[in-house]
Amino acid sequence: MRVLRAGESALLVELADGAAAEAFHAELLRRRAAGALPGVREIVPAARTVLLDGVAEPGRLAAELPGWEPRAERPRAGGVVEVPVRYDGPDLPEVAARWGVTPAEAARIHSAAEFRVAFCGFAPGFGYLTGLGARYEVPRRATPRTAVPAGAVALAGPYTGVYPRSSPGGWQLIGTTDAVLWDTGREPAALLSPGTRVRFTAVDVRPGTGAGR
Amino acid sequence: MNDRAVVVVRAGALTTVQDLGRPGYAHLGVPRSGALDPAAARLANRLVGNEEGAAVLETTVNGCALRPRRTVTVAVGGAPCPVRADGRPLPWGTAVRVPAGALLEVGQAVRGLRSYVAVGGGFAVDPVLGSRSTDLLSGLGPAPLADGAVLPLGAATAVRGSVDAPPWPGPPDELVLRVRLGPRDDWFTAGALRTLTTRAYLVSSASNRIGLRLDGPSLERVRPGELPSEGMVLGAVQVPPDGRPVVFLADHPTTGGYPVVAVVRAADLGAAAQAAPGTPVRFVTAR
Repeated sequence: MRVLRAGESALLVELADGAAAEAFHAELLRRRAAGALPGVREIVPAARTVLLDGVAEPGRLAAELPGWEPRAERPRAGGVVEVPVRYDGPDLPEVAARWGVTPAEAARIHSAAEFRVAFCGFAPGFGYLTGLGARYEVPRRATPRTAVPAGAVALAGPYTGVYPRSSPGGWQLIGTTDAVLWDTGREPAALLSPGTRVRFTAVDVRPGTGAGR
Repeated sequence: MNDRAVVVVRAGALTTVQDLGRPGYAHLGVPRSGALDPAAARLANRLVGNEEGAAVLETTVNGCALRPRRTVTVAVGGAPCPVRADGRPLPWGTAVRVPAGALLEVGQAVRGLRSYVAVGGGFAVDPVLGSRSTDLLSGLGPAPLADGAVLPLGAATAVRGSVDAPPWPGPPDELVLRVRLGPRDDWFTAGALRTLTTRAYLVSSASNRIGLRLDGPSLERVRPGELPSEGMVLGAVQVPPDGRPVVFLADHPTTGGYPVVAVVRAADLGAAAQAAPGTPVRFVTAR
């Protein structure tokens, strides 16, 4: 673990890998719930780091953090969020070809895995989900799309993500969901937050909503 | 008809509703947002007897014009600018009464970029995640003002005149930003770090609420590529592949993959928000 200062009142904690970052993030949430991180406004997990912002005494906390061993992870209560997906994305054939399988098999592989939200970013409610094996990593598209529709289920690197709203994007689109990822009128607004377990369940591609869109 | 409201007669180049933002949601990808010059927004609120965190208007360069439907107390602060009601000059930087139906004109900024318009009772648009701020990166909060829009006001409180002669800091002729190096200063050459803290930059016209973009010498890296996405703080000096630093302001993305060479002190960011394109910028290291 490396603890880096980020300005007057933030620490960036760098872990060995994504799994270590997730475990340390969970430990920080436990400690905060127990009152151990007074004043800390933000705890932001990311690919291999956790950012703490609003730290009153960053020098002291930086010295303490390496001693905070994550406890053995217990499965989080609250079960698994199911996200129904039509595997009709325009990049599904290309992704399947990279994996050396048919598009139907690619959909089965994706819907058989259990995912976890490693972190959020890019847009409110956009989660970076891990759960596919390393052999299923895919690159971003060479040319990003100027508009990816809301509900697009997409892959990039080791991650799966779902676009909460229409936006530009460079991820490979493999499907579409009607699930509402982000609704500020709802509590909580985000369907997916760091640590949430997720399964994508395949639903039939309805007539007229195929990959040709 | 509710007369506790103001009508937007001229929205101006970019006028948004801002309060002190929505911190605490960065882990969901939600920027903090909020007034870019928070000291100015707080002071304008105190002048009209509001809580410091009440919603105000943040203008950009050329002000705005409003018509209150009832008599209101108004204070215009931040970037100095002419203020008029029905053509009659009013003092800037202090609380004034604007009669019902009068045209309140907030003019072009004389110096600085962003004026703040506080009205007694505050702007009572619907809050989103606890804040009324417009977040231009992710589209949360109310849309930027448009001509003809009607903005509701909250109930004015009785408190008044808690400040007599407020200390408005003038917008800077030269912007000096105190930084602490890191977290990714080890991605840059020793020469780049020297360049950052000794050479002059200029504020670029491409700056916005997301970041203060700078023209000047590019910062050379010792390693190529991108970092895996990591959390970003307010004031982060991020260096994209072209080597020209960007200082993250209130609407900055919560995560990013370009290395952050240094972080600017929060206390210096209000001045950064008032620095017009072409303003010289110096970074100085502070511990």
